[in-house]
Amino acid sequence: MSLISAPRRDVAWIGRFSALLRYAVLIGVGLLMLYPLFWMVAASFKPNHEIFGSAGLWPQEPTMDGVVKGWRTGTEYSFATYLLNSFAFIMPKVLLTVVSSVLVAYGFARFRMPGKQLWFALMVATILLPKSVLLIPQYLMFREFGWLDTYLPLYVPCAFATDGFFVFMVVQFLRGIPPDMEEAAVIDGCNSLQVLWHVVVPVIMPAIISVALFQFMWSLNDFLYPLIYLSSVGKYPVALALKMAIDVTEATAWNQVLAMSTIALLPSLIVFFLAQKYFVEGITSGSVKG
Amino acid sequence: MASKADIAEGATTDKSRGGGVAKGRVLLRGVTKCFGAVDVIKGVDLEIAPGELTVFVGPSGCGKSTLLRLVSGLELPTGGSIIIGDRDVTLVHPSERGIAMVFQSYALYPHMSVAENMGFGLKIAGLPKPLIKEKVAKAAEILQLTPLLDRKPRALSGGQRQRVAIGRCIVREPEVFLFDEPLSNLDAALRGQMRVEIARLHAKLGATMIYVTHDQVEAMTLATRIVVLNAGRIEQIGAPIELYRHPANLFVAGFIGSPAMNFMDGIVEAVETDGVSVRLNGATLRLPRHDAAVKPGAKVTVGIRPEHFRVGPTPTDMDHDQAVEFDAIIDLVERLGGETLAHLRMPSLSDGVLVVKISGDVPLRIGTGLRVGVRLAQCHLFDADGRAVGEPAARAVVAA
Repeated sequence: MSLISAPRRDVAWIGRFSALLRYAVLIGVGLLMLYPLFWMVAASFKPNHEIFGSAGLWPQEPTMDGVVKGWRTGTEYSFATYLLNSFAFIMPKVLLTVVSSVLVAYGFARFRMPGKQLWFALMVATILLPKSVLLIPQYLMFREFGWLDTYLPLYVPCAFATDGFFVFMVVQFLRGIPPDMEEAAVIDGCNSLQVLWHVVVPVIMPAIISVALFQFMWSLNDFLYPLIYLSSVGKYPVALALKMAIDVTEATAWNQVLAMSTIALLPSLIVFFLAQKYFVEGITSGSVKG
Repeated sequence: MASKADIAEGATTDKSRGGGVAKGRVLLRGVTKCFGAVDVIKGVDLEIAPGELTVFVGPSGCGKSTLLRLVSGLELPTGGSIIIGDRDVTLVHPSERGIAMVFQSYALYPHMSVAENMGFGLKIAGLPKPLIKEKVAKAAEILQLTPLLDRKPRALSGGQRQRVAIGRCIVREPEVFLFDEPLSNLDAALRGQMRVEIARLHAKLGATMIYVTHDQVEAMTLATRIVVLNAGRIEQIGAPIELYRHPANLFVAGFIGSPAMNFMDGIVEAVETDGVSVRLNGATLRLPRHDAAVKPGAKVTVGIRPEHFRVGPTPTDMDHDQAVEFDAIIDLVERLGGETLAHLRMPSLSDGVLVVKISGDVPLRIGTGLRVGVRLAQCHLFDADGRAVGEPAARAVVAA
């Protein structure tokens, strides 16, 4: 009896210890990674002099000063204007990206066409192309169109599935889905677009939401393109407004900048958590064998 | 509104399609299909009569699924024509051919309820909602799906999903039902149950059905006629029992029947008007054949089904000219319960091991001897090209 139970007690103890160790390391590293974020949020509620004065996270003299002044900004517009500006081009951008990427991906994944392999390889190659290479020709082109200082250069290209990465992502997702459902829909009388709308889109919804989410977050964080194409301060998006707060004054009010950065993070966070369950949910489960 | 009514009318009465005697007839004329340089279907001519349940059977890659997809219109043939009812539908869109198809993977729409799945085709055709609901309810009743109509496919078991897939077909009231290996994703017990349900459904609806399977049991039990395919060609067409008793060639003989037929190489010794004498490894069999078109000295193959061997001290109990007996050594025994597969060495017949199917209660020990007999009328004979020789062997034998 004792011969059997003694090693068991050992095994249980080792198991518990190793779990403890694992979680301690994970939590430690996790906190280390998130510390800058916590620091930013905490610093939003510190007076400016305290930010670099102490290394502590918790504000010693908590104040809403940074948030209130930061929201007013140093310009004639409030931060709300910049937030709305961001949405003004991000919304059409996300919509056009989703529609064009899904259409093109559906074509690549399901239709036979001459030279398909070559076209697909070319499209993937554009993902590898550094964005900055295209800046000057694009700028000249949009200047000819008379689109400078408008949001058009920021979202119109998305209507042509120019983001190869998203097309690639949806194609890969579609390749993992058996075409039987679509064939059943064809027999049920759908044309290609009806198959796409009634069957493919609902099934690839997780991929579509991923595309929308990535495009939303990347566009919100995008700094370079708005900087190049927009010149009126009244049209600036969040990323430019934050930059402006840093260099217009001699002594930067870091608490204001950090408070506004925190607010600028919120839309992404909210959208992410709203969409999260669609990543997890396996929407295809149950359609084919199981 | 008028056009919707027209569609409804067409779908319910099928006046617009085929009509007349030919409704539900399927005719394939010289159908070929190439994928790039690969010939998958090498010229198929086939007529399926209205109301028949035809089973396409064959090994993997024989083209049976491709042939079904050609009938459905999901693939277009490289050559030849396809006629359903009275219409040439070779280039017609799948939805306008008067067919409905059940897929191996069920292919249900995961985001729609059972009722929506079943009514989707009618919705696309623009039928009014109350009519769709009525038709779906009727089909659900036939398939006992009524309590499940609001569920999503993921909340259903495999058998229920397959029934929904069949329901989706019934609702469309097609001339021809197409089944692409519909039971191969189900477990053995459920497969047996669904097989019976499909047979019942066929009896009830009386519609033409084409059923693709690699499972012989499904083919034998369900089919009105079986089409055996091999490498893109039809090897033989016939009623299940016809194929079993009188295979036209070596391929069909080896493919139909489980375990497979035993084959032995032999040389023709003599040909008479009512028989062929074949020299095997050590014995000579005189097989009853009329008008056998082989010459003495020709290489032939003799085939005997495992279930046609008898064992025991006097295995056949017949005259010497009707049956033969041999001594065998037991090499391996596979007990299946009700029956036993004995792998035997019979030097007088063949160098290899022959499989014999016998009753499960016969005591057998590996390495011991056994007396085995077979009726000559139950032996099959094939020429060097693999074609059955002369008047089929077992035609005179009434159920063995």
